[in-house]
Amino acid sequence: MSLSSEIVGPELTPDAPPAPKGVDVAGRSPGQLAWARLRRDRVAVISGCALLFFLFIAIAAPLIELAYGIGPYEQFQSKLRRSDGMPLGYAGGISGDHWFGLEPNSGRDIFIRLIYGIRTSLFIAVTAALLTSLIGITLGILAGYLGGWVDAVIGWIIDFALALPFLIFYGPRDEVPTWFRVAVLIAIFATFGWTGMARLVRGQVISLREREFVEAARASGAGLGHMLFRQLLPNLWAPILVSFSLAVPAYVTGEAALSFLNIGIRDPTPDFGVMIFRSIDYLQGDPAYVFFPGITIFVLVLAFNLFGDALRDALDPKSSR
Amino acid sequence: MPDELLQVEGLTKHFPVRGRGLVRAVDGIDFTVTAGETLGLVGESGCGKTTTGRMLVRLLEPTGGRIVFEGRDISHAGRRALRLLRQDLQIIFQDPYASLNPRHTVGRIVAMPLEVNGISPPGGVKQRVRELLELVGLNPEHYNRYPHEFSGGQRQRIGIARALALRPKLIVADEPVSALDVSIQAQVVNLLRGLQRDLGLAFVFIAHDLAVVRHFCQRVAVMYLGRIVEIGDREQIYERPRHPYTRALLSAVPEVTVPAKADGRIRLAGDVPTPLDPPSGCRFRTRCWKAQEVCATTEPPLDEGVACHFPEGGRE
Amino acid sequence: MATADPYLQVRDLRVRFATEDGVVRAVDGVSFTVERGRTLGIVGESGSGKSVTSLAVLGLHDPKRATISGEIVVGGRDIVGRPDEEVRRLRGRDMAMIFQDPLSALHPYYPVGRQIAEAYRVHHPRAGRAEARKRTVEMLDRVGIPQPARRAGQHPHEFSGGMRQRAMIAMALINDPDLLIADEPTTALDVTVQAQILDLLDSLQKEFNSAIVLITHDLGVVSQVADDVLVMYGGRAVEHGGVEEVLRRPQHPYTWGLLSSVPTLHGDADADLVPIPGSPPSLINLPPGCAFHPRCPHADERSRTEVPELREVTTGHLVACHQPGVANAG
Repeated sequence: MSLSSEIVGPELTPDAPPAPKGVDVAGRSPGQLAWARLRRDRVAVISGCALLFFLFIAIAAPLIELAYGIGPYEQFQSKLRRSDGMPLGYAGGISGDHWFGLEPNSGRDIFIRLIYGIRTSLFIAVTAALLTSLIGITLGILAGYLGGWVDAVIGWIIDFALALPFLIFYGPRDEVPTWFRVAVLIAIFATFGWTGMARLVRGQVISLREREFVEAARASGAGLGHMLFRQLLPNLWAPILVSFSLAVPAYVTGEAALSFLNIGIRDPTPDFGVMIFRSIDYLQGDPAYVFFPGITIFVLVLAFNLFGDALRDALDPKSSR
Repeated sequence: MPDELLQVEGLTKHFPVRGRGLVRAVDGIDFTVTAGETLGLVGESGCGKTTTGRMLVRLLEPTGGRIVFEGRDISHAGRRALRLLRQDLQIIFQDPYASLNPRHTVGRIVAMPLEVNGISPPGGVKQRVRELLELVGLNPEHYNRYPHEFSGGQRQRIGIARALALRPKLIVADEPVSALDVSIQAQVVNLLRGLQRDLGLAFVFIAHDLAVVRHFCQRVAVMYLGRIVEIGDREQIYERPRHPYTRALLSAVPEVTVPAKADGRIRLAGDVPTPLDPPSGCRFRTRCWKAQEVCATTEPPLDEGVACHFPEGGRE
Repeated sequence: MATADPYLQVRDLRVRFATEDGVVRAVDGVSFTVERGRTLGIVGESGSGKSVTSLAVLGLHDPKRATISGEIVVGGRDIVGRPDEEVRRLRGRDMAMIFQDPLSALHPYYPVGRQIAEAYRVHHPRAGRAEARKRTVEMLDRVGIPQPARRAGQHPHEFSGGMRQRAMIAMALINDPDLLIADEPTTALDVTVQAQILDLLDSLQKEFNSAIVLITHDLGVVSQVADDVLVMYGGRAVEHGGVEEVLRRPQHPYTWGLLSSVPTLHGDADADLVPIPGSPPSLINLPPGCAFHPRCPHADERSRTEVPELREVTTGHLVACHQPGVANAG
């Protein structure tokens, strides 16, 4: 029984005349309701804005570079102390020209490197998340709906993928170009990261396929394609979106960790992991070097996680009955 | 000779349960439905009526026996043969909240059978959907609304409109009003009656509520643990029930007009046995006050509409 | 009607929930009494407020979510606004509840006997395990469970639906409560099992002399089991009286509508049922005046603006209607 105020007008009894106009009364879909709920949630709005902000930075990085005037690879040796390579000036060289200071030894601007670092991270993480979602959704739907041996085989593949330590597959040597590194990173994440999505989707599909609206489609003669894409998929978006929004920060952290271990992105490419790795040595002398990348990655990941949680609450099926 | 639309012979459905044998959900039932006729299938939980309904529309495949529709054996028909059949045999479900896809608009839900079968009616799909919505007493302007914006009774009407989209000849109604409020049940029952009359539809009406069945069905089959124990027309079943279970069932229904302490009340002892291991011989014997030795050894066949060794009124 | 001092007295009970869509007036001014040894049937459909009323009597509403006003006097003690520790002492001992779905009301992990024994020992802290177990087996036997000693060691999923309900009744009655609230106790059961359970409740009442409040949507059940009936609609009481009187001579158009719309085993099977048009109202946006007026064929100007009071029409028979008996005329 609907307690909300969205009650349709007085129910038509067979004796009453039908409504006159030819205008189609549009309803509010469950998606629209979720969006409305999301907008009301302050945490969602704030974290969502933060994410949009990061996204904007990632896309507009070259423009920012243009406005800022300094590139990520430019070295300002003249602003470093000759004796130990530490940046001159307050807290690691923060000034009007160099908003976040300079890197020791290389003399590169931290701010613009951070901007490009965000770009690298987000690109890798989002692409990887998209690929894993694609693979995971496809396999998950097939396993969940078809069951039987299809489910068994996919299950074995999942177990296999989970058991393999995927790090051992990573091994491009130093001379390899950056774009190749990025591609390999994405490929590795995608090859082994789809299992979570697949299991999630499989579970959802199993619970959905017993619902009567699915039986109704079958009773009308629906084929596999219709079932999967028209009936089931629209009901799967909620868990998929939430899983996706929580996968991206996991990949951001994962990629940063790999780069920190020096087997992901390497210097001189701007990257969170690289920067944090190198900054540990300079904790006392150049605190800005540690602080800024650290705080940035923290905020980025936190924003994604908070938004993912808020998204899950907004999409909660219990409240959209 | 009345044209028999549907014939069911020895229909059986067994579900294997790992390590525990077979659940004999439906264990050999026979009945027929002629065009435009309403047959009620009543019984309590575990009697197999829902499973039977699912088999009729081939959502489940029978383990044994035959389903013959318009002279064609459809028990194990393949997808292509079933395609045409689906247009003649449709189903209405019990749960108004689970039987509609929450992400589809009402228009899309009702049009689904047309879309799935690639049928384009003259005048267009939208027009047809509008007609169907009006037919079931809903405002056709609500084409673009979503199920959650409707009440339980209205959602059930949407489900009915969907079932009518392909102009079926027979509809299996699986407990269509059980999940509705009492004051709404009457509306939907009346709607179904009206549609049945006006469109000449045949119905297999599955329910546990004997009173509702009485208001809708011309003939009634009473099921118990996968078998039909009694089958007859409405008057026979309600006024002159012959099987002890039918009598107990009727006696158990609490009614406003019947005083609580009236004589002739029958109370069955114990619960329904498990369909995993039904009693030997007559399945009802464990709760039957007339049970005798022969009931444990021989299963009574369905004879003259009653499956009992000692039916009320004896045997001629 | 009231010969003895009523054990349960409810006066002007109001229960409100604040939700993001608005304030839900789940119960909007309901009053009734129940004496020991008598059964009150509360009849209503979904959204009528009947279940919320019963939960309020037991003090089971979360005070952070629900605002309760009015009086609920159990055995001489008003429990509205009392701290939970006080009410908890009454719950399970002086008043008990059985629910619609025994499978979710019984803990799936523990044996049934242990759960019932626990209910006993909570209110009899000095009782030993052996004594609690003895009482449990006695109670299981009393509610008609065969082989009670063996069954006490089984888990809920090993019981059938009817037996689970019996077990729940045993658990509710183990402490001899003076008030038993049964919220749709037979709705999920087969009709033959329902008949057994209703008989059981009846015989138990005679033995323990408890006051019973039976909540249901089924008028047939009420007519078989209840002494008095309270019809609720839109969170309000619309009719109240002896069960025979109300069901034979309903004064409120809603009660009348319910009786004529329900199919029966007797009477004309070919005639169309007479449904009540429309649907039950939203508890957030209750219609002004009489909550039933949008669906009432006899609604007049007064019904649309003025909320009718519950007034006595004949001795012991109260109706909240501006035109009581109008549905019966003609």
